[in-house]
Amino acid sequence: MPDPRDARETVTDMPGQAAPARDEAIRVEGLRKSFGRLEVLKGVSLTAREGDVVAVIGGSGSGKSTMLRCINFLEHPSAGRIVIGGETVAMKSDGSPADRRQIERIRQSLGMVFQQFNLWTHRTILENLIEVPVHVLGVPRAEAVARAEALLARVGLAEKAQSYPAFLSGGQQQRAAIARALCMAPRAMLFDEPTSALDPELVGEVLAVIRDLAAEGRTMVLVTHEMKFAREVASHVIYLHNGVIEEEGPPDALFGNPQSDRLKQFLKSVG
Amino acid sequence: MTALAGAAASTLDLLQLAPPGWGGNLLRGLANSVLIAAGAFGLGLGLGTLGAFGKLYGGPVLRDLLAVYTTVVRAVPELVLILILYYAVTDSVNQILLAFGYERIQISGLAAGIAVLGVVQGAYATEVLRGAIQSVPVGQIEAARAMGMPPGLLARRVTLPLMLANALPGLANLWLIATKDTALLAVVGFAELTQQTRQAAGATKAYFTFFMAAGLLYLLLSILSTWGFARLERRARRGLPEVRG
Ligand SMILES: Nc1ncnc2c1ncn2[C@@H]1O[C@H](COP(=O)(O)OP(=O)(O)O)[C@@H](O)[C@H]1O
Ligand SMILES: [Mg+2]
Repeated sequence: MPDPRDARETVTDMPGQAAPARDEAIRVEGLRKSFGRLEVLKGVSLTAREGDVVAVIGGSGSGKSTMLRCINFLEHPSAGRIVIGGETVAMKSDGSPADRRQIERIRQSLGMVFQQFNLWTHRTILENLIEVPVHVLGVPRAEAVARAEALLARVGLAEKAQSYPAFLSGGQQQRAAIARALCMAPRAMLFDEPTSALDPELVGEVLAVIRDLAAEGRTMVLVTHEMKFAREVASHVIYLHNGVIEEEGPPDALFGNPQSDRLKQFLKSVG
Repeated sequence: MTALAGAAASTLDLLQLAPPGWGGNLLRGLANSVLIAAGAFGLGLGLGTLGAFGKLYGGPVLRDLLAVYTTVVRAVPELVLILILYYAVTDSVNQILLAFGYERIQISGLAAGIAVLGVVQGAYATEVLRGAIQSVPVGQIEAARAMGMPPGLLARRVTLPLMLANALPGLANLWLIATKDTALLAVVGFAELTQQTRQAAGATKAYFTFFMAAGLLYLLLSILSTWGFARLERRARRGLPEVRG
């Protein structure tokens, strides 16, 4: 598999040539999702190639979380197709994954970061990070610990390895949660409003970590209310409204020159 | 002075381990009580786990049946339940045996005691565990699923430990109730601590001595159990900040 960073360098080194198409990391096709009689997603499609940062914006209740959760099947799609790294997730007729092993493997390749951090409270930060590598992926403990410590140092939490999550600030917990997702060496990251539960003064430290990941060419789908940040890091922005993609495009076009009235109104309301 | 010394000496004689002292009988009674309590508590945990999952995730029929079970057991006094279950169970087992041409059997007091108290414990444990399962933060389970953790591992390494922190105080209570409920089995003649005490007291007329001794043994058991459960709870609640009123 080509390193996405190579692809980027190719573009800058040889501006005259067309960039080779990067591999698709995540593809969502015609995704629909209903809760009972409420249709929350009405046919949503998106593609994230290796190294893409796809930002998803939209009002509360527009279906952003549901869409993200359908990608790793925390919610079961009512219709549509999810393709991860070229592999279509096998679904039963009710949308649940047909092959438990397959969905577990695919989930291991998608690092999810939740609004509420969701660190395991009965384990230290270090234990949180090595839990899945050691107990699910079978990585030797010493190796997993070394990797976890390096990642903790990277998100600025080296001294917190032995602390329990409850004794960390929200910003620290979210940085630890990001490190936990990175420990699985995922192909792509899924962020669901990673800073929405944080006090304003703690937002910056978490965004800095995400910015750092974007800069190293990590593939991610990022649901966010931080418009400035989305404009800065995204390669593609999707505006979701009432379960449909109302408008999408490169960040400068979408934020600088919104076409639909709804998006214009939304951007005015948030900032 | 000599009278007092004589009384102390005769008390000690009465409590001697070897006959004619009754201390050995009391300790055997205590061992039986602990054995029954442990068996009943274990059976209750098993029934309670099934009951809790049944109540939370079962179909409507199963849920109704479980509601009847927990309601009836918790409404009827335990002594009455023990008499009903003990005689009804022994009787129906024998009816069945006779119907198939076998001899009437004597059901072991130990097995019957464990079964009867276990059924009672199961009803309470169902409610304790149901509450504990419901109080496990969904987000932490979701995080594990999102990382591709298989269901068995997830139950063992995430749900169960998180649940235990909430269940232990209730379970500690149930265990203490189990140890004391064993005394109720005296009514069906099982040789647990209370029954042994009554026998010793009846034979020697030293009621005060023996019931005080039994009381102390129950107290000791309770203190040890409380200490053990406190340790378990501290371990289960590691990582959670202490809440002080
Ligand atoms: N498990 C669920 N059951 C029923 N309705 C749900 C469930 N999850 C989300 N919804 C509904 O789906 C809609 C979209 O929710 P969500 O995807 O969380 O929106 P967003 O993340 O954009 O705020 C909301 O109306 C919400 O109430
Ligand atoms: Mg949401």
